[in-house]
Amino acid sequence: MNDPIVSARQVRKSFGHVEVLKGISMDVKAGEVACLLGPSGSGKSTFLRCINHLEKIDGGQLWVQGEPIGYRQVGNRLRELKEHETSRQRASVGMVFQQFNLFPHRTALENVVEGPTVVQRRRRAAAIEEGMDLLERVGLADKRNHYPGQLSGGQQQRVAIARALALKPTVMLFDEPTSALDPELVGEVLDVMVSLAASGMTMIVVTHEMGFAKEVGDVVHFMADGCLVESGDPRQVLEDPREARTQAFLSKVLA
Amino acid sequence: MNRLVDVDRADDLPILPARYTGRWVAAGVVLVAVVLMVYAAFTNERFQWNVVGQYLFAPQVLTGLGRTLMLTGIAMAIGVLLGILVAVCRMSSNPILSYSAWAYSWFFRGTPLMVQLLFWFFMAALVPTIAFGIPFGPSFFEIETNAIISPFTAALLGLSLNEGAYMGEIVRSGIRSIPRGQTEAAQAIGMSRAQNMRRVVLPQAMRVIIPPTGNETIGMLKYTSLVIVIGYGELLTSVSIIYSRTFETIPLLIVAAIWYLAVTAVLSIGQYFVERHFERGFSPIRPAREGRITSRPAGVHVSSGHATLPAAVPAVELERLK
Repeated sequence: MNDPIVSARQVRKSFGHVEVLKGISMDVKAGEVACLLGPSGSGKSTFLRCINHLEKIDGGQLWVQGEPIGYRQVGNRLRELKEHETSRQRASVGMVFQQFNLFPHRTALENVVEGPTVVQRRRRAAAIEEGMDLLERVGLADKRNHYPGQLSGGQQQRVAIARALALKPTVMLFDEPTSALDPELVGEVLDVMVSLAASGMTMIVVTHEMGFAKEVGDVVHFMADGCLVESGDPRQVLEDPREARTQAFLSKVLA
Repeated sequence: MNRLVDVDRADDLPILPARYTGRWVAAGVVLVAVVLMVYAAFTNERFQWNVVGQYLFAPQVLTGLGRTLMLTGIAMAIGVLLGILVAVCRMSSNPILSYSAWAYSWFFRGTPLMVQLLFWFFMAALVPTIAFGIPFGPSFFEIETNAIISPFTAALLGLSLNEGAYMGEIVRSGIRSIPRGQTEAAQAIGMSRAQNMRRVVLPQAMRVIIPPTGNETIGMLKYTSLVIVIGYGELLTSVSIIYSRTFETIPLLIVAAIWYLAVTAVLSIGQYFVERHFERGFSPIRPAREGRITSRPAGVHVSSGHATLPAAVPAVELERLK
């Protein structure tokens, strides 16, 4: 089964008169770690948010596991999905936010079991057992009863990763997961992501961590001004970029 | 060298707190003023404290107090539920719901409560019978408006519909205070809009909603006295019936005021505990007690009290990758 898990064809998105995605096409295969790089405002976060329908696309097509996101194919037309159908689609796509967005009124463990128990209606005892395993996996089992406000940024982000994993997603989206962290906390989150990649998870990562992209990424996509400028093997794109736009960006970032 | 303080011996110098002479003077002035007022009130025979004592626990007064409490409780309960409904409709993407909610708030905030009470009470004059059936078609059964509109139902309708309009704005301000990222996180784990509202947004919005709702409840306690115009026998109506007979107006109004003050005190204490409940996770408190999540599976044993080394395990994987 080598069909792509996510495929985008000419995806367009505008906010008012500003076109932030000008026709993005890319495929992400199962088990692949795809890193989206590019200057801020290039549309990479918006593209990521389109993949789980937090943003509606204005044109083109976006398929996740063979289903058009936000739509249902009826003959050769696409019918917009109702809200509860979109919710079902979203649960198979895990998302990790730049600002963590943990639920502050729930403990670490409660955050993790929220999805399985409330959305998937699984048995609470089983969900808690799996939730504990997940917290163990991100190294935070002893913080299960802490509220997010009592955890460091890096710990919060690791709980957020566990929360997304609890729904057993087929693809994980990371929206600049380390950009809001103090420098000394970046490593612990990247380590969790590295082990996740090693376990075979399909990941799409918007990041400014060039080291992560080079070491862990299978593919790097460089975006600028709403366009996909260059895609390819991380070492090739980062060390020997073909496009002038990529070169200009990398020379600034790596300087 | 001629120094005022020998720096090497500075740790021997005791530290004295600053003196606030003004505070002591102000406290004295306030104390004297309070004593004078209390003395004046209790020695002035026209206050008729013996009459106050005589009626404070009179059965008529206590019945009125009970009805005031019941009216306040039910009207606030309906008002809060209506308020949540109005706020959610108002913020809905469905334009019909949103405009209807707006119009509801506009109407019930825009007319005097007393007028609304009178309208409900005299509804029979406008609409003598209420029919249930197909609009513009046959009706299945009809009911006399006067049979359902008693002083109590009119009071309840007037107070709760009015309250719903105000609570709608309070709930809306609470919902708006929650960052957008919370809803996005809820959506990302597949929650529906209703689940997001019930489990993520409203529990957090309560922190913002509770204090003004406390205000509204204390306000409602006293607004119930407006139903005197439609003759429902709550606290103020009860004392007014007594003083119109005995002409002991002032002492009976003091009786009512004492009860209103007492109930307000109880409500304020209640508000403190409700606020504390919704403060969960927001104030720098200790971790949740063990057992908040019940039915923990057997066999999951985790040591607590010392930090784990999260980087340890994944770092090995990183090595393997290289």
